[in-house]
Amino acid sequence: MPPVFGVLFDGVAYGMLLFLLSVGLSVTLGMMNFVNLAHCSFAMLGGYVTVTLMSLFGWPFFATLPAAFAAAAAASVVLERTLFRRFYHANELEQCLLTIGIVFVSIAAAAYFFGTTDQPVQLPAYLHTSINFKGLNLSVYRMFLTGVAVLITLMLVATIEKTRFGAQVRAAVNNQRMARGLGINVDRLFAITFALGSGLAGLGGALAIELVGLDPSFALTYLIYVLIVVSVGGLGSIAGSFAAAMLLGVSDVAGKYYVPATGSFLIYLVMIVLLMLRPSGIFGRR
Amino acid sequence: MTSETIARPIPPVQYLNAQFRWRWSEIAFWLATLLPPLLTPNYLGLASQIAITGLFALSLDLILGFSGIVSLGHAAYFGIGAYTAGLLSKWGWGEPLSGLLIAAIAAGLFGYLTSFIIARFRHLALIMITLGLGLVLQAAANSAGSITGGFDGLQGVHTWPIFGRIHFDLWGYTAYGYALTGLFLIFLISRRLTHSPFGLALRGIRENGQRMPAIGAPTRRHIRTVYTIAAIIAGIAGAMLTQTTETVSLEALGFQRSADVLVMLILGGTGRLYGGLVGAAVYMIARDQFSGLNPQYWYFWIGLLLIAVVTFLPNGILGGLSLLVGRVKARS
Repeated sequence: MPPVFGVLFDGVAYGMLLFLLSVGLSVTLGMMNFVNLAHCSFAMLGGYVTVTLMSLFGWPFFATLPAAFAAAAAASVVLERTLFRRFYHANELEQCLLTIGIVFVSIAAAAYFFGTTDQPVQLPAYLHTSINFKGLNLSVYRMFLTGVAVLITLMLVATIEKTRFGAQVRAAVNNQRMARGLGINVDRLFAITFALGSGLAGLGGALAIELVGLDPSFALTYLIYVLIVVSVGGLGSIAGSFAAAMLLGVSDVAGKYYVPATGSFLIYLVMIVLLMLRPSGIFGRR
Repeated sequence: MTSETIARPIPPVQYLNAQFRWRWSEIAFWLATLLPPLLTPNYLGLASQIAITGLFALSLDLILGFSGIVSLGHAAYFGIGAYTAGLLSKWGWGEPLSGLLIAAIAAGLFGYLTSFIIARFRHLALIMITLGLGLVLQAAANSAGSITGGFDGLQGVHTWPIFGRIHFDLWGYTAYGYALTGLFLIFLISRRLTHSPFGLALRGIRENGQRMPAIGAPTRRHIRTVYTIAAIIAGIAGAMLTQTTETVSLEALGFQRSADVLVMLILGGTGRLYGGLVGAAVYMIARDQFSGLNPQYWYFWIGLLLIAVVTFLPNGILGGLSLLVGRVKARS
């Protein structure tokens, strides 16, 4: 098979990763209009939890994934209760500054505790192999990653579409004031959604180590990708985030494969053009 | 203050003139800028960097503090100015004043072109687009390494004497005088601008961007104008940095610089013209004092500072000071 399928496969896996990293931010932004630039710091926390548990305590890789989820969710709840909630009614500049401050602190803390070098992670051997399929080398880890992401997406869609909680989330994203008027406790709902979204980011961070590495600059580097996904996909739209993450993942991998000289130039340009055509994103309403 | 204006309406011209009057504190501030050559001659290099960065922060204040346009990519214009001056010098034209002018034109041109995009957006989309524009330029400068010198920086920049007479000395007397003169002249222009009817219109846009068109103000045209002006000033600041340090590297237009200048402005206080200058001085002196610190840890304190400023001092140092002065006055 021609290499285009290999590029497509890698791109889809990368896109899935970006989706995991960004879906939480998209929903919380859509609900509270709270610009949380520290989202990828939670992802980074998840990554470091996995690394620490594996290297210091000898946990197996799979057992660390729920721990990464839980740690990121718990950290986000603490920050949300103590700091973020005062800024829901502030303007977006103040929100940006507060959360970028948290990003700076988290980067410095990660550098202090873990150093600035790439963190090694020892995956189980069967995840390290690749399958040869009609002349294509398909990495098992990327398949695993795609599988996890698809599973989580299905769970997420089912939760949002079928449960009472999901209906409340949809109502709050759609019209926060109206939802409050109907007696929905939007603050509590938001805290839960925020924790879930950050937890997913933490899981994404743990899964990302094998693919893109983990060092303290992760919180800033991937923040840009996540923001692109969120703003291109449209705030509060899971389908939009999914489409944007796929688009970004495939075009980034393809761009680096076919025209390596331009680097990430094309991606930023595509984002600007897309935002100019649709300021509220592909699936955005506002 | 508002209640007073409602009770006794003063003619608009009189109001603007009263705002425009020089205060003693302002005169004292500018006299104090003459002190570094006398008191701390060993730190003139730092002092001229502060003046240049203050100028850059002033340009951000014009769009962020006065017009409410949040930009995460303002270093793009600084970088264009810096590279224009650097390349001119490298290609054999090191005359500083004409170099400034050409750099200002280049940055202003790019600012004018991008202002058509900027004027159409607000809120998150605007933040993302300014961030994206900055990143596009950074990536482009990185790929064009043969022209820009990439991460190693541009080699062979040499600045000729000002007016063909005043040489840039090793101690930095000329550099500081050059940067300070530039800062002061552009400050005067900005001060005039913000206290004009145009400046009032900008504040109206900042306060309510939807109501301004309703009273007949051409909002988008105003935004385009002020954005271009800010780009020109940023370009001049960049060119000055290149000319005084005789080097320019990719760092001049990176995201880090955009974020730093935003931090300085917030630290000093937005919408006050002096906020950027005070913020730049505090930030850069602190960084110089802690220069032994690993830059990674330096950002730990910057992060904490940002959180603290946004939580406790939303109007920056100057905002806090004026609050304090107001309280003391009210008590006496």
